[in-house]
Amino acid sequence: MAAVTPDQLHDHHHGPTGLMRWITTTNHKDIGTMYLIFSFIMFLAGGVMALTIRAELFSPGLQVVEPELFNQLTTLHGLVMVFGAIMPAFVGFANWMIPLMIGASDMAFARMNNWSFWLLPPAAILLIGSFFVPGGATAAGWTLYPPLSIQMGMGMDMAIFAVHIMGISSIMGAINIVVTILNMRAPGMTMMKMPLFCWTWLITAYLLIAVMPVLAGAVTMLLTDRHFGTSFFNAAGGGDPVLYQHIFWFFGHPEVYIMILPAFGIVSQIIPTFARKPLFGYASMVYATSSIAILSFVVWAHHMFTTGMPTAGQLFFMYATLLIAVPTGVKVFNWIATMWRGSMTFETPMLWATGFIFVFTMGGFTGLICAIAPIDIQIHDTYYVVAHFHYVLVAGSLFALFAGAYYWLPKWTGRMPDEKIGKLHFWCSLIFFNITFFPMHFLGLAGMPRRVPDYALQFADFNMLASIGAFGFGLSQLIFLWVVIKAARGQGEKATARSWEAAEGLEWTVPSPAPHHTFEEVPVVK
Amino acid sequence: MSVDSEIAAENQRVLKRLIVGAVAMFGFGFLLVPFYEKICEVTGINNILQPSKVTNTQVDTSRTILVQFDANIHHDLPWTFRPLQTAVRVHPGELTTIAYEVSNNRPEAITGQAVPSYGPQVAGQHFMKMDCFCFTQQTLAAGESRTMPVAFVLDPALPADVTTITLSYTFFEIAGRRAEAGRAGGHES
Repeated sequence: MAAVTPDQLHDHHHGPTGLMRWITTTNHKDIGTMYLIFSFIMFLAGGVMALTIRAELFSPGLQVVEPELFNQLTTLHGLVMVFGAIMPAFVGFANWMIPLMIGASDMAFARMNNWSFWLLPPAAILLIGSFFVPGGATAAGWTLYPPLSIQMGMGMDMAIFAVHIMGISSIMGAINIVVTILNMRAPGMTMMKMPLFCWTWLITAYLLIAVMPVLAGAVTMLLTDRHFGTSFFNAAGGGDPVLYQHIFWFFGHPEVYIMILPAFGIVSQIIPTFARKPLFGYASMVYATSSIAILSFVVWAHHMFTTGMPTAGQLFFMYATLLIAVPTGVKVFNWIATMWRGSMTFETPMLWATGFIFVFTMGGFTGLICAIAPIDIQIHDTYYVVAHFHYVLVAGSLFALFAGAYYWLPKWTGRMPDEKIGKLHFWCSLIFFNITFFPMHFLGLAGMPRRVPDYALQFADFNMLASIGAFGFGLSQLIFLWVVIKAARGQGEKATARSWEAAEGLEWTVPSPAPHHTFEEVPVVK
Repeated sequence: MSVDSEIAAENQRVLKRLIVGAVAMFGFGFLLVPFYEKICEVTGINNILQPSKVTNTQVDTSRTILVQFDANIHHDLPWTFRPLQTAVRVHPGELTTIAYEVSNNRPEAITGQAVPSYGPQVAGQHFMKMDCFCFTQQTLAAGESRTMPVAFVLDPALPADVTTITLSYTFFEIAGRRAEAGRAGGHES
């Protein structure tokens, strides 16, 4: 874990080649690329699970999978998408872009960076491999609630170890990011001059360090309850399953902001570029991000309104949750104010960023509806909640990831993304996304429960619609692969250093594609 | 280069602090356990294992409530467990004692814990148990049978629309061996 300083890096061109180069690399760009590729593979894996779920739900009755496998699929879809796709993708962006944005030659702890990536593939193998062990994968839902998670077979133990490993990976990655941002900034790059993406990631990294260990503790308690005779959650031994929900959501709510704050950062980079105006209210963006992060620690029990909480508790968590709408509203306001009277053009990254604001805000509003305790008791564990968190996680985090990928693709590959294909990807994704998830609001309001493979006949039409949308959405993502492969193979328009007409920031001062080593001569920010 | 080594030293310093922070948060997760128990105790949310304090002993003879008794065994705990009477009629405020019988069918001592629940749920907070076998763990020797009393009073503040209450107990085995038993799918315990 020695810190690598610029003078130690000079001879790295002579390192191993082939596979060993990728296994032993300490270069932030290599590691960033590996994170991005890994997360896309996991995204496809989680997507196949989602499509299997949607195939089963295409019509009432049981056609495609057994209920046991269905429950395993919903569980693993959640775990794979959260810990395998969304989180590593953002870490990939952080690795690639943060050193370039703050004028550092690499991350602070380059070797630890290599470790934090290479812990992920074993965790993924544990998760996906658990489908093939006796009893199959864990089917307790991605939240792994006891008593179910205490009764599951060995697939559950594999999931617990996978969560441990991914947690360690995330914590190491987060520590690296904090230290890089705090200590490695170029002279003149003050905190309040940093690109907002760095700010949102700094705050996200602190959240990760604060809550990933709590999740590790929660699953450790599950493990000891399962095998070592403790009774943290075992009612018979004086334990309480509801305690697990408290600990889990103490992690879980900051976790949802871990998955959205970097997305806010990406969008805050893209909108000023294509509106050709500086970001409106930079300082308020920083404060809004910090307030969201702080508030995220006092709202966890809004996931648990139906556990029989005292009214005072329900009211506290309800009002605290509603309060989060204020800083989030500040952010949405600032993005729109940035666009206001800007000279906007809608290249692919901007389309995704604008689409993000539109669809994410809808997810935000349904979040407010879910936050109201008397309503939540009606819609808890229904498809309304499924619709809500897919609006913020797919249309929020994932759309922002695509926006960022199109935005920085020229910096990564040296080629501009193909606008025609990129726009096709955007419109297909936006339309199919809404076809998939919008009907789920109605299903949830009508009372369709989540995580059940069969449903009553009155839900049939909306489910069929959602399934059609899901397959359209899934297939649309292959278009993205096409754009990336095209650019990576050196086809398409060559990118200049600045790539986009009004792009601002240190990352646009280095050539495209960014050379293996950048900022060995420390830049000075005026 | 001295500037670089200064940065490296500073990096190490921040690294150590953050690691301490992460380890502390791991501990904090476990700290939530006693914290939660204390909160439940102080606010009286989770006091099913403690005797109730009864202050008002006024008997309300104008109402009669049917109290039914139910008994369950969790998983494959090899016990027989039943109430000695299926139901009683009581007035709110009246002290009533009933009994359950439990026997261990295995040639080994087993410890169990009974957890009560109520139907309708609202009755739970008005069902005052002064004595109950569910307040402690029960260890039954091989083949032992035991008759265990429950002494209770119904709170006269019981909502008027409640005319029937079901008191249901489930006996759980204390051992922490359920995971293995479940996985083997067998009856070994």
